[in-house]
Amino acid sequence: MDAGAKDDVIRAIPVRHPGRWASIAVLAVLAAMLAHALVTNDAFGWDIVWKYLFSEQILRGLWATLYLTVYAMAVGVVGGVLIAVMRLSPNPVLRGSSWLYTWFFRGTPVMIQILFWATIGALYPRLSIGIPFGPEFASGDSNTLVPLLGAAVLGLGLNEAAYMAEIVRAGVGAVDVGQTEAAHALGMNQAQTMRRIVLPQAMRVIIPPTGNETISMLKTTSLVSVIAYTELLYAAQIIYSRNYQTIPLLMVAAIWYLAVTSVLSVGQYFLERHYDPAGRSRVTPGRPMQRDEGRR
Amino acid sequence: MDGAAADGTAADGTAADGTPMVLAENVRRSFGQHEVLRGIDLRVEPGEVLCLIGPSGSGKTTMLRCVNHLEKIDSGRLWVDGELVGYREQRGRLYELREREVCRRRADIGMVFQRFNLFAHMTALENIMEAPLRVRREKRSEVEERARGLLDRVGLGSRCDAYPSQLSGGQQQRVAIARALAMRPKLMLFDEPTSALDPELVGEVLDIMRGLAAEGMTMLVVTHEMGFAREVADAVVFMDGGVVVESGPPSQVLVDPQQERTRSFLAKVL
Repeated sequence: MDAGAKDDVIRAIPVRHPGRWASIAVLAVLAAMLAHALVTNDAFGWDIVWKYLFSEQILRGLWATLYLTVYAMAVGVVGGVLIAVMRLSPNPVLRGSSWLYTWFFRGTPVMIQILFWATIGALYPRLSIGIPFGPEFASGDSNTLVPLLGAAVLGLGLNEAAYMAEIVRAGVGAVDVGQTEAAHALGMNQAQTMRRIVLPQAMRVIIPPTGNETISMLKTTSLVSVIAYTELLYAAQIIYSRNYQTIPLLMVAAIWYLAVTSVLSVGQYFLERHYDPAGRSRVTPGRPMQRDEGRR
Repeated sequence: MDGAAADGTAADGTAADGTPMVLAENVRRSFGQHEVLRGIDLRVEPGEVLCLIGPSGSGKTTMLRCVNHLEKIDSGRLWVDGELVGYREQRGRLYELREREVCRRRADIGMVFQRFNLFAHMTALENIMEAPLRVRREKRSEVEERARGLLDRVGLGSRCDAYPSQLSGGQQQRVAIARALAMRPKLMLFDEPTSALDPELVGEVLDIMRGLAAEGMTMLVVTHEMGFAREVADAVVFMDGGVVVESGPPSQVLVDPQQERTRSFLAKVL
């Protein structure tokens, strides 16, 4: 036997994957067909799409969609953590109220919740703080206390909190009980253990579905067009109700939604990396457009 | 027994007055129908090393967890350094302790787990600093200096910034011991500290425990390391089926056991 042979770096011919090449060819044809259908059909009105894509009205709507998403998710995440921690608390009163909250807000459509907050003025023209059936301490006009933005954020955020609570609960459940025991053995109390030990580790599990929720929220904000809050979709609707270019303007909205969700996906990747510094996750977050190296 | 160390002062300031560090009287504990502890009596003097041995399922670990109230006892009495564990006795009635009080007592008891249980999102140094900073609210600079000193002492001075997943099992367990010691405990509990380790890594952990014993640390050790028990323990307790079968100095229990059950167990593990 050749003595040098076993020191040679292995240069084997990799397994061929003709099936992959065939499927690429099929997909290329389908993509070409789609492109052809998009470009040649005048009904899409690409010149109109282009004209409105960066128009001030649309951009202002986009801005409203962005801050609605941020506010609603802020309410959702903070509320969700709170409700999840309550749900896991040894205190039966907190556990019960948390269950009740989730039951109600998850059990009714967001649309109804948004409409409810927007029309609360009709239900209770004045809102006040005081002792039930007793004296009032402070009161105010409902429509001033809950403006349209407030109604939109409350409607979206309180509903989101119910879903986030379930996500946080699953995340907390995924942290090994040994971590809690070690913290308790060191003399840390429930609150410290939750905040310092359990929640940071639960983040690894919580972040990916929260990214999904954020992306989903971005699109759900379009529901507030029912209370005439001018976000991206409503801005587009206002324009096409004037010029009847329905499809091009819906394309404008769709393009912006797609663009922002793409940016959010990239953000999610970095967040996942941040909360998994040692790279322990089994589903190692790949770069958004990662080439699957080493498994070709 | 009442209030010998009620003010919970120094770590070993109670050695002189004859209060045992751990005293258990007829401790019982059931999980559902299954009674895991069926009347355990135990006594550990300050500065003593007591090894709990016995087959798995004999209740050793449960007994250990009762000592720092990770597990509640159903009946009997359990004292640590003269204080009733988990309860306060007043005019013949028992009152459950508030969380704050349970935490204060746990802070004085170090615990080392079979599965290490290092905080996975923190470096070795952060693991050690966490409790002194958050529980005792000590100054960060002092805590960091002490933590580095402890890591040096367990031979990991150069791995301060390593995450648990980047350390071997033996190294993780050494960090876990350093983490417990950072609270300057008056009692250390070890729950099979070497059972999850590769055989070649067992020695490095036992060496540190030997050093601790030599310094006079009071230790309650659940272990299968008979060599360690024979060499280091002041007393060995053999448990089986939730009762203490035999106890005494290692030279007696391990070398010349009086009970048939002890003999057959030792014959299998030695």
